[in-house]
Amino acid sequence: MLSWIIFIPLIAASVILLLPRDNKSAIRGVALIATLIDFVICIPLYFRFDPNTAAMQFEEVVSWIPTIGSSYHLGIDGISFWLILLTTFLGPLCIIGSWSSIQKRVKEYHFSFLFLQTGMLGVFCSLDLVLFYVFWEVMLVPMYLLIGIWGGPQRIYAAVKFFLFTMFGSVLMLVAILWLYFHSADPVTGLRTFDLMQIYAMGKPAVQAQLWLFAAFALAFAIKVPMFPFHTWLPDAHVEAPTAGSVILAGVLLKMGTYGFLRFAMPLFPDAVAHFVPVISVLAIIGIIYGALVAMVQPDMKKLVAYSSVSHLGFVMLGMFALNQQGVSGSIMQMLNHGISTGALFFLVGVIYERRHTRMIADYGGIAKVMPKYATVFIIIALSSIGLPGLNGFIGEYLILLGTFKANWVYAAFAATGVIFAAVYLLWMIQRVFYGKLDKDENKELQDLTLREKIVLYPLVAMTVIMGVYPQMFLSKMETSVRVFLENLPK
Amino acid sequence: MHHETITTTHSALLWLIPAFPFLGMLINGLLGKKQSPGAAGILASGAMFLSFIVSAVVFFQLLGMHAEERSLTQTLYTWMHVGDFSANISFLIDPLSAVMILVVTGVGFLIHVYSIGYMKGDPGVVRYFTQLNLFAFFMLLLVMADNYLLMFVGWEGVGLCSYLLIGFWWDDMDKAIAGKKAFIVNRIGDFGFLLAMFLIFVAFGSLDFETVFARATGMPYGSGVVTAITLLLFLGACGKSAQLPLYVWLPDAMAGPTPVSALIHAATMVTAGVYMVARSNILYTLAPVSMAVVAGIGAATAIFAATIGLAQFDIKKVLAYSTVSQLGYMFLACGVGAFGAGIFHLMTHAFFKALLFMGSGSIIHAMHHYMEKTGSHDDPQDMRNMGGLRKHMPKTYWTFLLATLAIAGIPGFSGFFSKDEILWKAFSSGNIAVWVIGAIAAGLTAFYMFRLVYMTFFGEFKPAQSGEHPHESPSVMTVPLMILAVLSIIGGWVGIPHVLGGGNHIEHWFHPVFAGSEHISTLHQGHGIHSSGIEMTVMIVSVLIALAGIGIAYLFYIKKTDIPGKIVSAIGPLHKLVYNKYFVDEIYEAGVVTPIEKTSDFFLWRFFDVKIVDGMVNGAATVVDFIAGHLRKVQTGFVQNYALIMGAAVLVIVLVFVW
Repeated sequence: MLSWIIFIPLIAASVILLLPRDNKSAIRGVALIATLIDFVICIPLYFRFDPNTAAMQFEEVVSWIPTIGSSYHLGIDGISFWLILLTTFLGPLCIIGSWSSIQKRVKEYHFSFLFLQTGMLGVFCSLDLVLFYVFWEVMLVPMYLLIGIWGGPQRIYAAVKFFLFTMFGSVLMLVAILWLYFHSADPVTGLRTFDLMQIYAMGKPAVQAQLWLFAAFALAFAIKVPMFPFHTWLPDAHVEAPTAGSVILAGVLLKMGTYGFLRFAMPLFPDAVAHFVPVISVLAIIGIIYGALVAMVQPDMKKLVAYSSVSHLGFVMLGMFALNQQGVSGSIMQMLNHGISTGALFFLVGVIYERRHTRMIADYGGIAKVMPKYATVFIIIALSSIGLPGLNGFIGEYLILLGTFKANWVYAAFAATGVIFAAVYLLWMIQRVFYGKLDKDENKELQDLTLREKIVLYPLVAMTVIMGVYPQMFLSKMETSVRVFLENLPK
Repeated sequence: MHHETITTTHSALLWLIPAFPFLGMLINGLLGKKQSPGAAGILASGAMFLSFIVSAVVFFQLLGMHAEERSLTQTLYTWMHVGDFSANISFLIDPLSAVMILVVTGVGFLIHVYSIGYMKGDPGVVRYFTQLNLFAFFMLLLVMADNYLLMFVGWEGVGLCSYLLIGFWWDDMDKAIAGKKAFIVNRIGDFGFLLAMFLIFVAFGSLDFETVFARATGMPYGSGVVTAITLLLFLGACGKSAQLPLYVWLPDAMAGPTPVSALIHAATMVTAGVYMVARSNILYTLAPVSMAVVAGIGAATAIFAATIGLAQFDIKKVLAYSTVSQLGYMFLACGVGAFGAGIFHLMTHAFFKALLFMGSGSIIHAMHHYMEKTGSHDDPQDMRNMGGLRKHMPKTYWTFLLATLAIAGIPGFSGFFSKDEILWKAFSSGNIAVWVIGAIAAGLTAFYMFRLVYMTFFGEFKPAQSGEHPHESPSVMTVPLMILAVLSIIGGWVGIPHVLGGGNHIEHWFHPVFAGSEHISTLHQGHGIHSSGIEMTVMIVSVLIALAGIGIAYLFYIKKTDIPGKIVSAIGPLHKLVYNKYFVDEIYEAGVVTPIEKTSDFFLWRFFDVKIVDGMVNGAATVVDFIAGHLRKVQTGFVQNYALIMGAAVLVIVLVFVW
């Protein structure tokens, strides 16, 4: 099952390779159908997933490279479950979203995009370190291409920067993975393994070693998240990336980092976690406030949303390192929220960028008059990002702050100021873009949302409401896994 | 300790109360442009009416119950359940929330109906009613919640609607900015509310009112945790209910349509903070420091805002500062332990202040049409352009006058009983300083309100042009005015004090809710003064002060109209200070807003982020580039060389690991 979910996009990508490059609608159609199927076959997982166990579910183990003890081992638990659904949910929306905006090298674009889907889904499902690392690195290439080929004027700089940052972290992580491998010898058989479940079950390395290993993993993941001060690749990458690239980058790719902490860095090196709580929490709080303040003064809408990601991901990290049920569940919830809300914000910026070819806030003003539906959707999504109760963002932020407060109230007090600043930067942008007089001639004829744009945006709006009104649907699935995750960490 | 076992009764009706306005919102909102403007108003008002009917049914059901058992609950579902934290979507109707739902749906209904007339012809009328219904929904969640978290949902939700409705005419940038300001200032308060909720959960293991208050009674009097909780909650209340230092958004909120000012910024939403403090009465009573802060801020706000009200010329601004001041009274009441009196004043204030706003709306409506007809560009809200409207708008005049008598505290009118109750409780609990401030503010209130009445309704109509004059508003607007006028008179009769031979029914009604607090405060602070002689004297003093205020207004604005001008020139700088609202907005702008913005822009972003953080990365890249320039020579293109290097590298790695 999981293999199908991972590889359907890749199969579709191969099909696309066979299609003539001029037949753009066939290429788009194949990509759309494949991503839709991928999402639809995920839905039964919701009903089959057993929320009462923390064990891996839907596991698949196939011997892969037995000589080095690496197997093709897949499985998901309550932590990865929703991330899979998020990824496959955003997939078809991204294809529809790039329907008209991507006209150049359509074939290569969809190939890269589908390839990326496979990479991301693979990361969330892998339970073998080699397999994980392969998917992790494989993701880089299509993302690099998406930014570098279909991006804005500074795309090469942004793509290279994205690539180098991530590579830099990955290399250290590879060293740490190899270390784990060489210390994984079974006392009886002497065989080594890359299997995550087996490594989990082993005795943990000495604390000193754990600190180094944790640091190596953490750096790789912190860059991906990105945490302050490793965040500067993100605004550049977002500003240059095409709309769907930004959506996937913010929606899913950044979660690789936060997910990495939960799946690898923390459970593998539990004794190191406590040592890193202060550093990571403080960096997370700086990220929350700093990201929000810098977002506030951005003249470019896309850059504003990019910096707001730094702020939101700060919340995710903070909750995770609160090391309690509310903090960690809130953190996972917030990953999903960010995927939905920020993904939607990038789509929304893309909508007017396609019409006016500018993302500068100052080029707009009063456009709610000509684009009332667009304005309504934008405001709802912004409110979800602000954390208005009743919409999704509040659930995550509330649980994170509650968990953090229980762990360390000073952290929570500082982080909670982010709630104020989020309202400032988003409402200020809304005011300048949508309100006031419609005084620029270029904006007077702007077309409101097209049917295609509605198809992309309305499901996202619906999700913000569903997740905000009935979050138990999501929280109940992760409860047991999070509890066991925490039980395995030293108190 | 005093323990009362509260038996609660399940009620399957409660969810209907917020459901009707929600449904109204949904239908109008989804139909959007397809909905006819007339139908939108009728639908929205009808939803409020149904909600009011259910509220009344629930109220009478409560009335029929034994006093100590008056509590109806309904749980819909578990909203969040994570680890040891859990919060339900569930409602609680007790004597306190019962009064609130009646005010919200009753006054709300009247304002919806009035809006049909007021907003007629506005292109955004469907959007208007959608948002007004949405507001009522959230306000009902706020007052019906049985736990702090659901209350917070309503709390933020009404803030959202306030934001949307203040900025309703958003093509005027100033109005959009006013909406945003309201939201952000409220968020500062909500920051306190959030932290308070976390602390409540950590201290009591729950956010449910019943559990929290039961467990709180086990806390020591003056407990530090409870003091912190109550102060943080009060920060929230200061934002929502426009108290010092967070009141600045409310005067600007007058940018919204006038019925919105009546509903949200006078009768209901802004009183949420008072409701929340009264709801948390056990916690506050256990924290005497917080009580002193609440009383102090309330009294300070009451007099501070009243002085600003003296010098304003915009009719809505006068009423806005009056609201801030009256809210101060309500907090003053809570702060001296008179929670019931605070809620009583909340109720009467909802009647007469909604009426005052709607009356001013009727005036503005008429002035606006007059200005349009005569092509004048004068400000239709400036009282200096009015005068003599008594003759042209008799219904508006009479209802407005009755409301003014109520707010001024003239015996017999609703405001008299509630205000008097507050002042007496302040006096009798020994807070003489608070009483003095309250009494002076009452005099100022009487003065500025009659100044308003004299400037608008008396004398001659200022811009009188060739026989043209403003006209009375249609019945859809004046009938709600008349209903509210009746309520502004009789609304206080439920609280006629014993000293005047009344039964003070409302105090008894609230007794089950506040009994625990009264018990605690008697235990720690004694009984206070009980003497009908003193009570009568205090009452007479406050009536005399009010009459003096009216008399001075009569002298200044009817008899010797040159006096205000002389005073202004005599006290020049002081008048300038008051007229410009003590420059508080300017101080915030220069002291807080601009520094944060400039630091973020020029330091954090342009310098720190771009030059330092990113600069370091690019610096590293330059170094790598330099090194690579030399290393490049290693890339010979000969496979043998690569193989050699790879072999050496593998050897090194293996050696390292074997080591």
